[in-house]
Amino acid sequence: MTAAHDVPFEEPWQARAFATAVVAVEALGLPWDAFRDRLKAAVAADAGRPYWDSWVAALDDLVRGLSPAG
Amino acid sequence: MTTHAARPLPPAGERAAALEALLVAKGVISADAVDAVVDAFENEIGPRHGARVVARAWVDPAFRRRLLADAPSAIAELGVGGAEAEHLVVVENTEDVRNLVVCTLCSCYPWPVLGIPPLWYKSFAYRSRAVSEPRAVLREFGTEVPDDVEVRVWDASAEQRYLVLPERPEGTGEWTEEQLAALVTRDSMIGVTRAASP
Repeated sequence: MTAAHDVPFEEPWQARAFATAVVAVEALGLPWDAFRDRLKAAVAADAGRPYWDSWVAALDDLVRGLSPAG
Repeated sequence: MTTHAARPLPPAGERAAALEALLVAKGVISADAVDAVVDAFENEIGPRHGARVVARAWVDPAFRRRLLADAPSAIAELGVGGAEAEHLVVVENTEDVRNLVVCTLCSCYPWPVLGIPPLWYKSFAYRSRAVSEPRAVLREFGTEVPDDVEVRVWDASAEQRYLVLPERPEGTGEWTEEQLAALVTRDSMIGVTRAASP
Protein backbone atom coordinates (compact mmCIF):
# COMPACT_ATOMS: atom_id res chain seq x y z
CA MET A 1 0.00 0.00 0.00
CA THR A 2 2.97 2.31 0.39
CA ALA A 3 6.25 2.57 -1.51
CA ALA A 4 5.22 2.42 -5.17
CA HIS A 5 2.09 4.41 -4.44
CA ASP A 6 3.65 7.21 -2.48
CA VAL A 7 3.13 9.78 -5.21
CA PRO A 8 -0.07 11.56 -6.25
CA PHE A 9 0.21 10.69 -9.91
CA GLU A 10 1.59 7.71 -11.77
CA GLU A 11 1.49 9.42 -15.13
CA PRO A 12 1.33 13.01 -16.37
CA TRP A 13 -2.14 12.60 -17.87
CA GLN A 14 -3.49 12.12 -14.36
CA ALA A 15 -2.15 15.49 -13.26
CA ARG A 16 -3.74 17.10 -16.32
CA ALA A 17 -7.06 15.36 -15.66
CA PHE A 18 -6.91 16.62 -12.09
CA ALA A 19 -6.15 20.17 -13.17
CA THR A 20 -8.74 20.13 -15.95
CA ALA A 21 -11.48 19.37 -13.44
CA VAL A 22 -10.26 22.00 -10.98
CA VAL A 23 -10.10 24.69 -13.66
CA ALA A 24 -13.40 23.70 -15.31
CA VAL A 25 -15.36 23.68 -12.06
CA GLU A 26 -14.05 27.12 -11.18
CA ALA A 27 -14.60 28.50 -14.69
CA LEU A 28 -18.17 27.24 -14.68
CA GLY A 29 -18.81 28.89 -11.35
CA LEU A 30 -19.80 25.59 -9.77
CA PRO A 31 -19.19 24.54 -6.18
CA TRP A 32 -16.51 21.88 -5.87
CA ASP A 33 -19.17 19.48 -4.67
CA ALA A 34 -20.58 19.47 -8.20
CA PHE A 35 -17.51 17.52 -9.17
CA ARG A 36 -17.01 15.72 -5.91
CA ASP A 37 -20.49 14.21 -6.01
CA ARG A 38 -19.81 12.87 -9.50
CA LEU A 39 -16.48 11.48 -8.36
CA LYS A 40 -18.13 9.78 -5.43
CA ALA A 41 -20.68 8.22 -7.77
CA ALA A 42 -17.98 7.14 -10.20
CA VAL A 43 -15.95 5.50 -7.42
CA ALA A 44 -19.05 3.79 -6.07
CA ALA A 45 -20.03 2.55 -9.53
CA ASP A 46 -16.81 0.57 -9.88
CA ALA A 47 -14.84 0.29 -6.65
CA GLY A 48 -12.02 -1.69 -8.23
CA ARG A 49 -11.39 0.82 -11.00
CA PRO A 50 -8.17 2.85 -10.77
CA TYR A 51 -8.78 6.14 -9.01
CA TRP A 52 -7.86 8.41 -11.90
CA ASP A 53 -10.09 6.42 -14.26
CA SER A 54 -12.97 7.23 -11.92
CA TRP A 55 -11.84 10.84 -11.92
CA VAL A 56 -12.04 10.96 -15.72
CA ALA A 57 -15.47 9.30 -15.64
CA ALA A 58 -16.64 12.07 -13.29
CA LEU A 59 -15.15 14.72 -15.57
CA ASP A 60 -16.87 13.09 -18.53
CA ASP A 61 -20.17 13.26 -16.68
CA LEU A 62 -19.62 16.92 -15.84
CA VAL A 63 -18.85 17.82 -19.44
CA ARG A 64 -21.84 15.87 -20.74
CA GLY A 65 -24.04 17.95 -18.48
CA LEU A 66 -23.01 21.16 -20.21
CA SER A 67 -25.27 22.59 -22.84
CA PRO A 68 -24.10 22.04 -26.44
CA ALA A 69 -23.53 25.75 -26.79
CA GLY A 70 -21.18 25.52 -23.87
CA MET B 1 5.67 15.11 -19.98
CA THR B 2 8.73 14.29 -22.04
CA THR B 3 9.64 11.05 -20.34
CA HIS B 4 6.27 9.57 -21.18
CA ALA B 5 5.91 11.07 -24.63
CA ALA B 6 6.59 7.81 -26.44
CA ARG B 7 4.14 5.78 -24.42
CA PRO B 8 0.62 5.41 -25.70
CA LEU B 9 -2.00 6.84 -23.38
CA PRO B 10 -4.36 4.44 -21.65
CA PRO B 11 -8.06 4.87 -22.55
CA ALA B 12 -8.76 7.05 -19.52
CA GLY B 13 -5.81 9.26 -20.43
CA GLU B 14 -7.05 9.63 -23.99
CA ARG B 15 -10.51 10.44 -22.71
CA ALA B 16 -9.11 13.03 -20.31
CA ALA B 17 -7.15 14.68 -23.13
CA ALA B 18 -10.27 14.71 -25.31
CA LEU B 19 -12.32 16.28 -22.51
CA GLU B 20 -9.69 18.93 -21.91
CA ALA B 21 -9.63 19.71 -25.64
CA LEU B 22 -13.42 19.87 -25.72
CA LEU B 23 -13.55 22.27 -22.78
CA VAL B 24 -10.91 24.44 -24.44
CA ALA B 25 -12.85 24.39 -27.73
CA LYS B 26 -16.02 25.41 -25.89
CA GLY B 27 -14.14 28.31 -24.38
CA VAL B 28 -14.77 27.06 -20.83
CA ILE B 29 -11.10 26.68 -19.93
CA SER B 30 -7.70 27.47 -21.41
CA ALA B 31 -4.82 25.02 -21.66
CA ASP B 32 -2.67 27.65 -19.96
CA ALA B 33 -4.91 27.61 -16.92
CA VAL B 34 -4.60 23.82 -16.75
CA ASP B 35 -0.82 24.12 -17.05
CA ALA B 36 -0.79 26.63 -14.21
CA VAL B 37 -2.73 24.35 -11.88
CA VAL B 38 -0.54 21.35 -12.70
CA ASP B 39 2.51 23.44 -12.02
CA ALA B 40 1.16 24.87 -8.78
CA PHE B 41 0.27 21.49 -7.36
CA GLU B 42 3.53 19.89 -8.40
CA ASN B 43 5.78 22.69 -7.24
CA GLU B 44 4.09 25.01 -4.79
CA ILE B 45 1.16 23.51 -3.01
CA GLY B 46 2.10 20.48 -1.11
CA PRO B 47 2.40 19.27 2.42
CA ARG B 48 4.69 22.21 3.17
CA HIS B 49 1.73 24.43 4.00
CA GLY B 50 0.42 21.85 6.41
CA ALA B 51 3.89 21.50 7.91
CA ARG B 52 4.03 25.24 8.58
CA VAL B 53 0.66 25.06 10.31
CA VAL B 54 1.75 22.16 12.51
CA ALA B 55 5.10 23.73 13.40
CA ARG B 56 3.34 26.95 14.44
CA ALA B 57 0.97 24.95 16.61
CA TRP B 58 3.93 23.27 18.30
CA VAL B 59 5.60 26.55 19.27
CA ASP B 60 2.55 28.74 19.90
CA PRO B 61 0.00 27.33 22.35
CA ALA B 62 -2.51 30.10 21.64
CA PHE B 63 -2.34 29.35 17.92
CA ARG B 64 -2.75 25.66 18.68
CA ARG B 65 -5.96 26.37 20.60
CA ARG B 66 -7.30 28.50 17.77
CA LEU B 67 -6.33 25.83 15.24
CA LEU B 68 -8.19 23.10 17.11
CA ALA B 69 -11.21 25.33 17.65
CA ASP B 70 -11.49 26.87 14.18
CA ALA B 71 -8.94 25.58 11.71
CA PRO B 72 -9.98 27.60 8.65
CA SER B 73 -9.55 30.90 10.51
CA ALA B 74 -6.29 29.81 12.12
CA ILE B 75 -4.63 28.70 8.88
CA ALA B 76 -5.77 31.90 7.22
CA GLU B 77 -3.51 33.71 9.71
CA LEU B 78 -0.61 31.97 7.94
CA GLY B 79 -1.94 32.84 4.52
CA VAL B 80 -3.09 29.29 3.86
CA GLY B 81 -6.54 28.66 2.47
CA GLY B 82 -8.58 28.17 -0.63
CA ALA B 83 -11.08 25.67 -1.98
CA GLU B 84 -11.53 22.73 0.36
CA ALA B 85 -9.79 24.50 3.22
CA GLU B 86 -13.01 26.01 4.50
CA HIS B 87 -14.05 22.57 5.72
CA LEU B 88 -10.83 21.81 7.56
CA VAL B 89 -10.90 20.29 11.02
CA VAL B 90 -7.67 19.62 12.92
CA VAL B 91 -7.52 16.67 15.30
CA GLU B 92 -4.73 16.35 17.82
CA ASN B 93 -2.60 13.31 18.63
CA THR B 94 -1.81 12.92 22.31
CA GLU B 95 -0.29 10.27 24.56
CA ASP B 96 -3.67 8.62 24.73
CA VAL B 97 -5.16 9.18 21.30
CA ARG B 98 -3.97 8.59 17.76
CA ASN B 99 -5.95 9.96 14.85
CA LEU B 100 -6.11 8.52 11.36
CA VAL B 101 -7.73 10.21 8.36
CA VAL B 102 -9.46 8.44 5.51
CA CYS B 103 -12.13 9.18 2.93
CA THR B 104 -14.13 6.03 2.44
CA LEU B 105 -16.32 7.42 -0.33
CA CYS B 106 -13.81 8.94 -2.68
CA SER B 107 -10.69 10.78 -1.67
CA CYS B 108 -11.61 14.00 0.08
CA TYR B 109 -8.42 15.55 1.25
CA PRO B 110 -7.40 19.02 2.38
CA TRP B 111 -5.41 20.03 -0.71
CA PRO B 112 -4.41 23.52 0.37
CA VAL B 113 -2.51 22.11 3.34
CA LEU B 114 -1.45 18.70 2.07
CA GLY B 115 -1.21 18.97 -1.69
CA ILE B 116 -2.63 16.09 -3.68
CA PRO B 117 -3.02 12.81 -1.85
CA PRO B 118 -0.67 9.91 -2.57
CA LEU B 119 -2.10 7.04 -4.56
CA TRP B 120 -2.36 4.73 -1.58
CA TYR B 121 -4.70 7.18 0.14
CA LYS B 122 -7.05 6.78 -2.79
CA SER B 123 -6.73 3.01 -3.00
CA PHE B 124 -9.67 0.79 -2.20
CA ALA B 125 -7.46 -1.15 0.22
CA TYR B 126 -6.67 1.91 2.33
CA ARG B 127 -10.18 3.33 2.16
CA SER B 128 -11.69 0.10 3.46
CA ARG B 129 -9.01 -1.13 5.82
CA ALA B 130 -8.37 2.17 7.58
CA VAL B 131 -11.85 1.77 9.01
CA SER B 132 -12.00 -2.00 9.52
CA GLU B 133 -8.50 -2.56 10.89
CA PRO B 134 -6.76 0.76 11.54
CA ARG B 135 -4.12 -0.71 13.86
CA ALA B 136 -3.02 -3.18 11.19
CA VAL B 137 -2.81 -0.37 8.65
CA LEU B 138 -0.75 1.72 11.06
CA ARG B 139 1.57 -1.22 11.65
CA GLU B 140 2.17 -1.49 7.91
CA PHE B 141 3.32 2.11 7.97
CA GLY B 142 5.71 1.19 10.76
CA THR B 143 3.59 2.79 13.45
CA GLU B 144 3.08 0.57 16.48
CA VAL B 145 0.23 1.73 18.66
CA PRO B 146 0.08 0.33 22.21
CA ASP B 147 -3.22 -1.32 23.13
CA ASP B 148 -4.01 1.34 25.72
CA VAL B 149 -3.84 4.11 23.12
CA GLU B 150 -7.13 4.84 21.44
CA VAL B 151 -7.17 5.00 17.63
CA ARG B 152 -9.74 7.40 16.19
CA VAL B 153 -10.53 7.13 12.51
CA TRP B 154 -11.88 10.26 10.82
CA ASP B 155 -13.83 9.74 7.64
CA ALA B 156 -13.74 12.85 5.49
CA SER B 157 -17.02 14.12 4.10
CA ALA B 158 -18.36 16.98 2.08
CA GLU B 159 -18.59 19.00 5.27
CA GLN B 160 -15.31 18.14 6.89
CA ARG B 161 -11.73 17.48 5.84
CA TYR B 162 -9.32 16.41 8.52
CA LEU B 163 -5.72 17.15 9.31
CA VAL B 164 -3.88 15.39 12.09
CA LEU B 165 -1.76 17.50 14.42
CA PRO B 166 1.02 15.04 15.25
CA GLU B 167 2.87 15.06 18.54
CA ARG B 168 5.97 17.21 18.67
CA PRO B 169 9.03 14.94 18.55
CA GLU B 170 11.14 14.74 21.68
CA GLY B 171 14.51 16.42 21.70
CA THR B 172 13.35 19.47 19.77
CA GLY B 173 13.05 21.88 22.67
CA GLU B 174 15.28 24.59 21.21
CA TRP B 175 14.27 24.12 17.60
CA THR B 176 12.95 26.97 15.53
CA GLU B 177 9.60 26.86 13.83
CA GLU B 178 11.33 26.46 10.48
CA GLN B 179 13.44 23.54 11.69
CA LEU B 180 10.38 21.90 13.18
CA ALA B 181 8.41 22.23 9.96
CA ALA B 182 10.99 20.03 8.24
CA LEU B 183 10.03 17.19 10.59
CA VAL B 184 6.34 17.36 9.69
CA THR B 185 5.70 14.82 6.97
CA ARG B 186 2.60 14.45 4.87
CA ASP B 187 2.04 10.98 6.32
CA SER B 188 2.18 12.32 9.86
CA MET B 189 -0.63 14.74 8.99
CA ILE B 190 -2.72 11.92 7.52
CA GLY B 191 -1.96 10.14 10.76
CA VAL B 192 -0.32 6.97 9.48
CA THR B 193 3.07 7.84 10.96
CA ARG B 194 4.57 10.06 13.63
CA ALA B 195 6.43 13.23 12.77
CA ALA B 196 10.05 12.55 11.88
CA SER B 197 12.57 12.35 14.69
CA PRO B 198 15.37 14.88 14.83
